[in-house]
Amino acid sequence: MLHIVNKSPLERPSLDTVLQAGADGAILLIEDGVYAATRGNAVEDRLKKAMGTLKVYALGPDLDARGVADRLTEGVTVVGYDGFVDLVAEYKTNQSWL
Amino acid sequence: MTTKKFMIVNRKAPYGTVYALESLEVVLIGAAFEQDVSLAFMDDGVYQLKKGHQTKGIGMKAFEKTYGALEDYDVTKLYVDQESMAARGLTPEDLCVPVEMMPRADLGKLMEDQDVVLSF
Amino acid sequence: MILSILVNEGPYTHQASDSAYQFAAAALAKGHEIFRVFFYHDGVNNGTRLTTPPQDDRNIVSRWSKLGEEHKLDLVVCVAAAQRRGIVDEGEARRNGKDATNLAPGFRISGLGQLIEAGIQSDRTVTFGD
Repeated sequence: MLHIVNKSPLERPSLDTVLQAGADGAILLIEDGVYAATRGNAVEDRLKKAMGTLKVYALGPDLDARGVADRLTEGVTVVGYDGFVDLVAEYKTNQSWL
Repeated sequence: MTTKKFMIVNRKAPYGTVYALESLEVVLIGAAFEQDVSLAFMDDGVYQLKKGHQTKGIGMKAFEKTYGALEDYDVTKLYVDQESMAARGLTPEDLCVPVEMMPRADLGKLMEDQDVVLSF
Repeated sequence: MILSILVNEGPYTHQASDSAYQFAAAALAKGHEIFRVFFYHDGVNNGTRLTTPPQDDRNIVSRWSKLGEEHKLDLVVCVAAAQRRGIVDEGEARRNGKDATNLAPGFRISGLGQLIEAGIQSDRTVTFGD
């Protein structure tokens, strides 16, 4: 399934909860969630480890808006809103971890 | 009418924000539409079920009783994330209704099996 | 594919409504159908026509109205959440004895059942909130 995370991993535990609950599928980081996809963030290692089973995407416009597009963690795929729509269509179930 | 599997995921504590209360309204309407409704409680959402809400002092309506009444609406699937309970020092005896405790990974699998997941 | 969108936050405080709008616009551009956009919690505040943002800022409310008009979108504001937060159409004003209305063009006020129906009728439902 598609897990949509919009919270900074240092503000709320949403991403960590997904990493422990999400067996497979994909994570899409949007809004403040994109900070999780930046190099040197405290969750970087955990996120990279999860990439074995989960695909990780980050929303480009949100990375750009926050000035962190150049700090993208290796292995994260950047998508636009059109890619967001494609991911929603691709996975039968999605959840926004608000 | 088509029946779909709706899971309402509650991850926020009650009273501090309105989400817990308004999420319950979705549950009741979903049941009225004869949908296959289940509830999951994770992270601070497990605090919603902590028994003994006394809201007189904050001037807000307590809605703890609604959880107990869910059974009357044929909503009987209440899943609680074991790890979230442990992280908050809670046990099933602390909760106001009987629930099914579930390891986080199993709850994740159950989510995958849903048609619609609404998160509050 | 048939999509529905749930918006749980009001405009200007959280990015949720902006993200939902960008998502909706992208979905429509790709040829998907949007069955309904449902506004719940503070999300009902997306439906007040009385907002007056500065000229150099986006007008979130009229942007929804315009997208709704262009694509015949069903923009539904939850009645219980709207009553609590003072979003009023003519019917609500009459029923509750209010002296004004503020529902923006293209929006309508209806029950929470509309959200469940959207979930039933749509291939995907996506939530935007805080």
